[in-house]
Amino acid sequence: MRFLGYTLANEAETPTEPPTPDLYEKMGRFVDEAVKAGVIVATGGIAPTSEGARISLKAGEYTVVDGPFVEAKELVGGWALMECRDLPEAVEWSKRFLGVLGEGEVRVRPVSG
Amino acid sequence: MRAAGSTAAIEAAYRVEFPRVVAVLAAFTGDIALAEELAQDALVDALRQWPRDGTPASPGAWLTAVGKRKAIDAFRRHRTLDAKYAQIGRELQARSVVEDGSDALGAESDEEIDDDRLRLIFVACHPVVSAPARIALTLRLVGGLTVPEIARAYVVPEATIAQRIVRAKKTIARAGVPFEVPVGEDRSSRLGAVLEVIYLVFNEGYAATAGEKWVRPELCAEAVRLGRVLAALMPDEPEVHGLVALMEFQSSRLRARTGPTGAPVLLLDQDRRTWDRLLIGRGEAALARADQLAGSRGPYALQAAIAACHARTLQPEETDWDQLVALYTALARATPSPIIELNRAVAVSRASGPAEALALVDVLVGTRTLERYHLLYSVRGDLLDRLGRYDEAASEFERAAALATNQQERTLLIERAQASRSSALGELRDI
Repeated sequence: MRFLGYTLANEAETPTEPPTPDLYEKMGRFVDEAVKAGVIVATGGIAPTSEGARISLKAGEYTVVDGPFVEAKELVGGWALMECRDLPEAVEWSKRFLGVLGEGEVRVRPVSG
Repeated sequence: MRAAGSTAAIEAAYRVEFPRVVAVLAAFTGDIALAEELAQDALVDALRQWPRDGTPASPGAWLTAVGKRKAIDAFRRHRTLDAKYAQIGRELQARSVVEDGSDALGAESDEEIDDDRLRLIFVACHPVVSAPARIALTLRLVGGLTVPEIARAYVVPEATIAQRIVRAKKTIARAGVPFEVPVGEDRSSRLGAVLEVIYLVFNEGYAATAGEKWVRPELCAEAVRLGRVLAALMPDEPEVHGLVALMEFQSSRLRARTGPTGAPVLLLDQDRRTWDRLLIGRGEAALARADQLAGSRGPYALQAAIAACHARTLQPEETDWDQLVALYTALARATPSPIIELNRAVAVSRASGPAEALALVDVLVGTRTLERYHLLYSVRGDLLDRLGRYDEAASEFERAAALATNQQERTLLIERAQASRSSALGELRDI
């Protein structure tokens, strides 16, 4: 089963300083382990809303608004597609990821198709 | 809310850690059967202690340390009984000076664990063990599947799988297979045995030989996972990437391979929009890696290239059959086999017409090597049908149906036989 795990961040609170070399190293080791366990299928990050746009269609009318979206509190930060046997396994890997990060929130959802 | 120390959470952590823990314990004791028992005993301890003391920061190191301590205890108990065990016990004790320190006992580096995992893969897939037993043992120890899970996947009783695993462990112990990755001239044939096990698992999932379902995606997923693990552990072996590429490409078509009732949908009839683009991308990357590492393609990379050729074609009528004939010809040269020859004939039939292909198939029929293989008659039936020889075609499809062991495949073949029969009748009416 495939699961999408993603972190949530409030853009206003997102720290601007880059990760410490120590965190970088730990995260690298963690990702390495997850790849060697055959768990990570794809992974990536999502840039701030200021670099994106919002597109909507209503009554045949398209509206395109450039970012940032000020009202967005729960934003997807990083994401990983995981191949796990069941939800508890995906939860376990998410816990490990958070353990490396130190703090945060990950949401995991099964991906269909 | 899911409690951190719940049984389900502990079991999930255990399942995630199991292949690594078993590998380290097998390296520590030199005994894969004992390693599995020790890992299971460590789980019992975890289920008792973690809810009380909290989940350890590194569950894998904790489980490994407990397993090692249990190993030392077991060897001590055996000291008076068996000189060999006593010797091992002394060695183990010498290697773990700190008695109570879980740090010292579970302190393998990631690299050491990777090495142990690779060793375990080579031991579990040793050709001294029969293929079904090797498969069961690999799924258990390397994949971390339970006996009931393996039994369900293979549609056989649990006792059968349990027996295969016991037999495999005994055979390996009796043969004195060393716990190491083979070097020298042995290496390539032993790697071949490893790749074979993974591909056999995949194939049973891709076209089940028994049961009511034609595909078992969970077995394919397990094989792909094993392949990805191996590719990460052996990044410089072109054929490992070739096999991974092949499995990724083929997995990308799993959804399209069965209709709503579970009936097989053949490659040229599949809705290609449902092919998994993510897996096709992974297949392309793995094939590129294989090509980059090797001067010429091995059998798995060639098969991956064949799968890639289909994956890149959005409309079946745009299929590059000439390229496929060339790839099958190269594959037949690399690993001569009647089944590859049969596949080559199918490609030839598309590139140059059914008459030329029928001549190739008839040569195969003459050799009688595929006498009991249903697809030989299925292919021959298809070629005869395309040549308008409907009565002969129907007989071949019926023969194929009689030999097919999978229910869904048999149904498809009977339908094709009926279609050929009606075409024959239609012709009669036209006269």
